[in-house]
Amino acid sequence: MSCEPLIVLDGIEKTFTVRRKAGPFRREKREVRAVDGISFTVDRGEMVGYIGPNGAGKSTTVKMLTGILTPSGGRLRVAGIDPARDRTRLARRIGVVFGQRTTLWWDLPLRDSYRLVHRMYRIPDDRYRENLARCVDLLDLGDLLDVPVRQLSLGQRMRGDIAAALLHDPEVLYLDEPTIGLDVVSKSRVRAFLRELNAERGTTVLLTTHDLTDIEQLCSRVMVIDHGRLVYDGGLPGLHAAGDGERTLVVDLARAFPPIDSVPGARFVRAEGPRQYLAFPASASAAPLVAAVAEAYPLVDLSVREPDIESVIAKMYGGAPGGTHEERRESLM
Amino acid sequence: MDELLTAAPAEGTAGGARTEEAYRPAADALRTYRMVAALWIRSTMTYRASFALTLASSFCVTFFDFVVILLMFGQVRGLGGFSFAEVAFLYGTTGTAFGIADLTLGSLQRMGRRIRDGSLDVFLLRPAPLLAQVAADAFALRRLGRVLQGLMVLVWSLVLLRDEVAWSWGRALMVPWTVVCGAVIFMAVMVLGASALFWLQDAAEVTNSFTYGGNTLLQYPPTVFAQDLVKGVVFVVPLAFVNWLPALYVLGRPAPPGVPSWAAFASPLVALVCCGAAGLAWRAGVRSYRSTGS
Repeated sequence: MSCEPLIVLDGIEKTFTVRRKAGPFRREKREVRAVDGISFTVDRGEMVGYIGPNGAGKSTTVKMLTGILTPSGGRLRVAGIDPARDRTRLARRIGVVFGQRTTLWWDLPLRDSYRLVHRMYRIPDDRYRENLARCVDLLDLGDLLDVPVRQLSLGQRMRGDIAAALLHDPEVLYLDEPTIGLDVVSKSRVRAFLRELNAERGTTVLLTTHDLTDIEQLCSRVMVIDHGRLVYDGGLPGLHAAGDGERTLVVDLARAFPPIDSVPGARFVRAEGPRQYLAFPASASAAPLVAAVAEAYPLVDLSVREPDIESVIAKMYGGAPGGTHEERRESLM
Repeated sequence: MDELLTAAPAEGTAGGARTEEAYRPAADALRTYRMVAALWIRSTMTYRASFALTLASSFCVTFFDFVVILLMFGQVRGLGGFSFAEVAFLYGTTGTAFGIADLTLGSLQRMGRRIRDGSLDVFLLRPAPLLAQVAADAFALRRLGRVLQGLMVLVWSLVLLRDEVAWSWGRALMVPWTVVCGAVIFMAVMVLGASALFWLQDAAEVTNSFTYGGNTLLQYPPTVFAQDLVKGVVFVVPLAFVNWLPALYVLGRPAPPGVPSWAAFASPLVALVCCGAAGLAWRAGVRSYRSTGS
């Protein structure tokens, strides 16, 4: 058992039967494949980003990993446990945070939710106290413990949720869109906490997100899922290369200039008065580009914009036949 | 770092030992239920005055049910050949039994919404039996009002009946036994109804017609209803075993036509069968749970 990776998926499938009205009396049954044969493994201590467009099958995968949904086919093991069969046993060893849904008790103060987690997970008292103190400290929850969950702001609630998911020392932490809707400060606080958790405790983290910055700052490995299939598994730089993505350098010059087209490696996109947009390959460094622009023009300000995940994936599969997938695209997940 | 590495496996084994202990579903379910319910009671008790008010209103609302019967007996001597004390006895037994079931499992009604909006997922992530979690969620102690009211009417009816009935040990013991079995049958129906919610999220109304509706039906003597209805309640939806059949025995009356006399003692068996069916339905429901998008 110990030689097997922590998470093993082998040809996992999930099909949903969707009934649709096809006439006044006729009902059409249709099979929708939300997940279509995914295989991967995750080792202990890895921090993996799991990304893809809406409806790609991310949440479905996470729900199968937690045992909420039963796979239609394939073999699935988390810490040697078959999640759908031994859901309750697995629950003690994993932590889950849904960005769009709280796992806390809505009407009760945060403190009461934690107390219930303490007893429900049968966490030894000293471990509980230590973990709670740590989370309260790092996630800055001290003032919030006596506030009912429904009164917390989104960012506060998210921090509260993350703490709740970690009180029982889970081996794996699944985060489904953990930074969705958070402001910049909350985002960076959550990210810093997760980084430290992974480094210090060796907690394995699987994270689904739409925010490429989450991935860049946290994950050494990215898996891209599209139309229920795994289309990329590797490092982030490789993803940009595979997707042939372009980053954008936005430069503010002292005044309006004619399009910058003399800088090697960059392509002029458009100009808005003194502001110009230059595209360059995602795999290239921005530094020589900035130096070249600064040398030739009076540079006031600049920023680099990352290609968003959607466009990277869109480019990645721009050439692939999409017709057969269209049907799956409508899937619920 | 070393410390972490050595601590991890030690904790793993400790966790294993604890899961062994946890593999007693019934005990685990009760423990979960107690824990969650206690938390809700405590949170209700932070507003004592509001709790007292809702408890009193729950008591009064159910009491109006009984007022209807009182008013009726102001006009007539008997109802379907039953005296006031006898009808009060029927009312008290079903009222108490239903009250207990409603107090413990009434929150199951809310599950349809949880399935529809996907918030049931959260319960599935916790290391505790799902049914216990859902049933104890938002535990409302004010439902105790219904139990108290039922018990009061039951005691009153027993006082009135002390000379009307030829009491024996068997008949006396049958009274609490009826209430217990009746509560279990109502609970099983509630779990069955909740299981249906996994497929039909709006089935709560149907369940209510069996639970609340059944409770109202059982407050009146079987003799006032059509024979087909009585047969249906005996053989199809076995609500007659909640109080009618055992109560007829206690009151020394014959079983309804077409029903064997030993059926008066079959309530525990019926309760057991209902629980089995409810358990299977629940399990099937959880397995077919589909969750929602995102």
